[in-house]
Amino acid sequence: MILVFVEIEGDAIKKSSQEALTYGADLASKTNDTCAAIGIGSADVLGDLGQYGAKSTFAVNGAGLDTFTPEGYSHAIHEVAHSNNANTIIVSGSYTGKSIAPKLAVKLNAALSTGVVAMVSTDAGFSVRKTCFSNKAFTRVSVNSEKKVISIVPNSYEVKAFDNHADVTVVSVDASSTIKTKSVSVDKVQGKIPLTEAELVVSAGRGLKGPENWGMIEELADVLGAATACSKPVSDMDWRPHSEHVGQTGITIKPNLYIAAGISGAIQHLAGVSSSKVICVINTDPEAPFFKAADYGIVGDAFDVIPKLIARAKELKAG
Amino acid sequence: MNILVCLSAVPDTTTKITFTDNDTKFNTDGVQFIINPYDELALTKALEITEANGGEVTVISVGEASIDPVIRKALAIGAHKAVRIDTAAKDGMHVAQSIKQAIEGQSYDLILTGRESIDYNGGQVAGLLSELMDMSLVNVVTSIEIDGSSVTAVRDIDGGRETVSASMPCVLSAQKELCEPRIPNMRGIMQARTKPLEVVAPSGDYTQTDYVGYELPPAKEGVKLIDAANAEELIDLLRSEKKLL
Repeated sequence: MILVFVEIEGDAIKKSSQEALTYGADLASKTNDTCAAIGIGSADVLGDLGQYGAKSTFAVNGAGLDTFTPEGYSHAIHEVAHSNNANTIIVSGSYTGKSIAPKLAVKLNAALSTGVVAMVSTDAGFSVRKTCFSNKAFTRVSVNSEKKVISIVPNSYEVKAFDNHADVTVVSVDASSTIKTKSVSVDKVQGKIPLTEAELVVSAGRGLKGPENWGMIEELADVLGAATACSKPVSDMDWRPHSEHVGQTGITIKPNLYIAAGISGAIQHLAGVSSSKVICVINTDPEAPFFKAADYGIVGDAFDVIPKLIARAKELKAG
Repeated sequence: MNILVCLSAVPDTTTKITFTDNDTKFNTDGVQFIINPYDELALTKALEITEANGGEVTVISVGEASIDPVIRKALAIGAHKAVRIDTAAKDGMHVAQSIKQAIEGQSYDLILTGRESIDYNGGQVAGLLSELMDMSLVNVVTSIEIDGSSVTAVRDIDGGRETVSASMPCVLSAQKELCEPRIPNMRGIMQARTKPLEVVAPSGDYTQTDYVGYELPPAKEGVKLIDAANAEELIDLLRSEKKLL
């Protein structure tokens, strides 16, 4: 059995978990296995995972599982994996997935593959493709273990619609004796798309001259339904929050569209964004290295170009 | 307060990545190795904690003698002593198991490391160690406060941050913003020469994965330039040519 851990956000499952589930279903059909989903929380939200590829669903609850802890969640998932003889566990590479995947690998004595960006190859053994050198390259990793834990990079595997029906089995697990950490408070930016999950991203750099000029970047992002991001110098100078910094030492993203204004495209920045499907660069300097990595380029002043993009996007939106 | 900091030596962030041996090996020719930037933050934070609470910082790294200069730099920044496990690091499990065996019988209140290394980007070692050593885990943290026998840390979550309290001993992985890295001064560099750097033999192979080949991302086909005077065309092209927006 291939067991896919799905994360619940509000009353739905997260997009990155839908991707992981599609991945699990595709892997199951490739290896003649079955794909089951496991979620921690309400059976109501987990009622309809057949559409993402699950053949059955485990809805787990019990003492110690009210809020996320790496130890409690990994304990619960392992209990279900163990009693159902799962050979592979798939998680999304969200912050939650990153905290539990290594713990699951130890518990199951499984090989751990993180940062995976493509379907498993079974051509010569079992291997996965992952990014390395902070997105400057890819590597193929052969996995030499019967049991496997695989963590999939968000936005790297497309969600497909399946025509399955997945019955929900409610499982009660008492994780209270494993708990070592406690959530004190959560501070979430409401209504904003998490950068790693965003399909469209508008980003800006030092070329914007100051934090007071970000209004047009936010407006363009808003019109397009995009998330906002920034370069390292901009977050270092506190013009923008560090959570927006994309690049080698910031967040790595792979949206369908990345629009960069006033960013020259240093190698460290490119490392974080080069997997974006379409890159548009706006820069006053025609020699900016970013143009070499771009699909579309506008040599011009962001202060002149961005308002034009906003106006046209609004026109089209108005119909 | 005894703190263990797990470091890895990685290519400098400006390195142009190339491969040799028919794309099966990373080409280290002319590559400058540095302390993994996130591990450097972990080290600095460990020093801040011991300066406030007393105690010692030990750095540990898995690698061959070629990484000694990187370890010496950690000693120059202020670590009290260092351990090198004398084998090339193979994968996250290999590193975590090797560290566990090397520190058998020693006790650390905290293990700090970076949230990931910038070469293989696994982000595995903190989680693996917490499970192998039965320690609490707070992953990807931007703040660490010590209060008696408990730790309060702020960790990144999707779309925000969470404050977590954890029992000690605890494993934490450093995210940018945890602290400002320190530049070693001349005194530190001089002292680093005589600080203990213990080399221990590897305890076993623990690897379950094998890096079999590498490739560079495909080159872009070339940029399509749009005249700034008609910048709005970009929006139309994204719709018509790329089926976006």
